[in-house]
Amino acid sequence: MTLVVRYFAAGCMLLWAAALPAAAQQQFITVASTTSTEESGLFRHLLPAFTKQTGVEVRVVAVGTGQALKIGERGDCDVVFVHDKPAELAFVERGFGVDRREVMHNDFVLVGPTSDPARVDGGKDIVDALRKVANAKSRFVARGDDSGTSKAEIRLWNEAGIDPKAAGGGWYRDTGSGMGPTLNTAAAMDGYALSDRGTWLSFKNKQNLKIIVEGDRRLFNQYGVMLVNPAKHPHVKQDLGRRFIDWLTSPEGQRTIADYRINGQPLFFPDANASQL
Amino acid sequence: MHDLAAALTAAWQLVLSGDPTLVGIVSLSLSISLTAVLLASALGLPLGAALVVLRFPGRNAVIVIVNALMGLPPVVAGLFVYVLLSRSGPLGNLGLLFTPAAMVIAQTVLVTPIAAAIARQVVEDLWGEYGELYIFDGVGRIRTVCSLLWLGRFSLLTAVLAGVGRAVAEVGAILIVGGNIAGVTRTMTTAIALETSRGDLALALGLGIILLALILTVNATAHFAGSAARRAAA
Repeated sequence: MTLVVRYFAAGCMLLWAAALPAAAQQQFITVASTTSTEESGLFRHLLPAFTKQTGVEVRVVAVGTGQALKIGERGDCDVVFVHDKPAELAFVERGFGVDRREVMHNDFVLVGPTSDPARVDGGKDIVDALRKVANAKSRFVARGDDSGTSKAEIRLWNEAGIDPKAAGGGWYRDTGSGMGPTLNTAAAMDGYALSDRGTWLSFKNKQNLKIIVEGDRRLFNQYGVMLVNPAKHPHVKQDLGRRFIDWLTSPEGQRTIADYRINGQPLFFPDANASQL
Repeated sequence: MHDLAAALTAAWQLVLSGDPTLVGIVSLSLSISLTAVLLASALGLPLGAALVVLRFPGRNAVIVIVNALMGLPPVVAGLFVYVLLSRSGPLGNLGLLFTPAAMVIAQTVLVTPIAAAIARQVVEDLWGEYGELYIFDGVGRIRTVCSLLWLGRFSLLTAVLAGVGRAVAEVGAILIVGGNIAGVTRTMTTAIALETSRGDLALALGLGIILLALILTVNATAHFAGSAARRAAA
């Protein structure tokens, strides 16, 4: 038995030693970002290029935009990279973030079952489409997690003059989950859902879902990056963080973003320079 | 059926490919959970035995609390550790949030009550049998605790294994305190959660099958090592 214990302990030590060196050697920053950037595969394409050039590892915690901003607020990351402009501006306004810069955009799409029970019948008008979904009381699967997509969806319902939560009838399902789980739920119950295009394109469990509405100007989805304010949180790695932000908005970073495609389709459109004009 | 077949194929291909990412994820899972179980055993087993041997006011309350904490939801344990380790929390200066160390701490919190509760049960039986001898011989409290734990070592293996099972299979706590960072804090369970989110159900299930196989291996090893040791001791 002592032998067993000894082997067990030795095994633990070995594994521990094997797992840790990667964490110990390298300079790194922690970035709080959104599920859309992680789940769409963008970071797996983008970050190695930055690390190769600078030797700085980027550790991404992928959560909803609301939660990512909260992580920044508590000082638990160095950089925040999210997509909810009003919330980002408020974050900077309240002194939690500095150096906010716009990086790229893509767009939201309304996805729904091929049978299209609400008879949205394509078109570009997202607000009109949401009204049709509400009128038909077709199932709509919502994020409901304070993420950028969730906030955009709520703004669109407001524009349509509908309060889906108050509407009753059980057609509006608030799942309180990330984009992927929401799409999984929508696929399982043949519901409509608002998704960012990146997650949608890389999502592998589409079943009967397809894009119902796209191309509306109101579906624009801007991503911004900012440094957590070192004046509030002195431990923030501001030099490394700034290097990451500078690189993302540099011609090279922008080109790397543009190069990321799935089946030939670009997922994100760099716009750092446009926003500075 | 199609999904299951795809999952089995995915699992098989993953194992065959010897993918370094997979190896990293598996070894991280194991090292975190085994370290946590080791720490939890060091804390929990003596605690459980002490609860039998020592008499003090509030002892029953402690026993009830330890038993209840066996059912502590991982999410709650994770949140608790998160608040402690956050830069804005009391231990923020350590900078441990979103590191493997934070995950070890969270899992230790989860496993310690299990080790303590099972140890208490095992030692209580032994105490009923041999307790009077210890008292008669005037053996000190600490030595009694050690001796009883040693006597119950084979049964205590169950406690440790239950702990390993809970730790390796747990996702709620480590997702919160680890952040599921690729290559740093991504374990089997958080990788499964991520692949499910990406809608890659086959890959997620495939990883699940590998996790199951691992847990089986750990249990089988402990079972046979235990019975071999028992035979040697008899």
